[in-house]
Amino acid sequence: MFESTVPLPHYLMLSATLFVIGIVGVLIRRNVIVVFMSIEIMLNAVNISLVAFDHYMNLSSGQIFSFMVMCVAAAEVSVGLAIIIALHRNKPTVNLDEFNLLKW
Amino acid sequence: MELLIFYPLAGLCVALALGVIFNNSPVGSAIALIGMMLCLSGIFVLQQAHFIAILQIIIYAGAIMVLFMFVIMLLNLKQGETAGWVAREKNLLLSILTGLLAVGILYKIAQVLFSGNMDAPASLADSFGTVAVIGETLFTDFVLPFEVASILLLAAMIGAVVLAKNKLD
Repeated sequence: MFESTVPLPHYLMLSATLFVIGIVGVLIRRNVIVVFMSIEIMLNAVNISLVAFDHYMNLSSGQIFSFMVMCVAAAEVSVGLAIIIALHRNKPTVNLDEFNLLKW
Repeated sequence: MELLIFYPLAGLCVALALGVIFNNSPVGSAIALIGMMLCLSGIFVLQQAHFIAILQIIIYAGAIMVLFMFVIMLLNLKQGETAGWVAREKNLLLSILTGLLAVGILYKIAQVLFSGNMDAPASLADSFGTVAVIGETLFTDFVLPFEVASILLLAAMIGAVVLAKNKLD
């Protein structure tokens, strides 16, 4: 009745759903920290499909790629949160719409 | 049989991800995100990528989310929280169109994925996803990206210290 392993489309579907949720989060939220978390959701969604294809084709390079994605995510979070702290010192708010210094 | 484990984990993942973006307090969002990371690591275990599953817990749930929590606690987020998640009035039309596009793309992906017939998956080696195999690939085929990643992490470390230390003028 059930297949012994989970078919590939299920993993890809989960990955696409999480990615869309991340995009929606970036679009509808104004809190800069929550927007940042939505970006993390998108990075994680990509990791799922990388590992799923790896599992499907019995390779290990996809896992290396998801390892690199985690590296980039760690670097991005540390720099991004430092920028948020610096911004917050300059202007005490976390609302993205109020940061319009670079807009013209 | 694995589907019986996959569906609850995937459903919990999606529910917690929705919890991240629809939660009003940033702390609630962060806790939902930690739960999502843990469920994702369960999904990696289901895919027999044990090394990636452990890394997911150590790096994301352990390091990145602690950083998020620190920043949420450092900033005083009491004021301006009532705005919630209303769409911006100026680009309401653009938001709606983009949302429709995203959902449409998701629908199309689902249609393509479930209509195509794929080959049977390759037979899986016993050593798939273990630290030994990943390490061997990382240090033979991917040595250059590994070294570049170390430079990237060093640059990020220095950048974070420099950015967070000085007051912006």
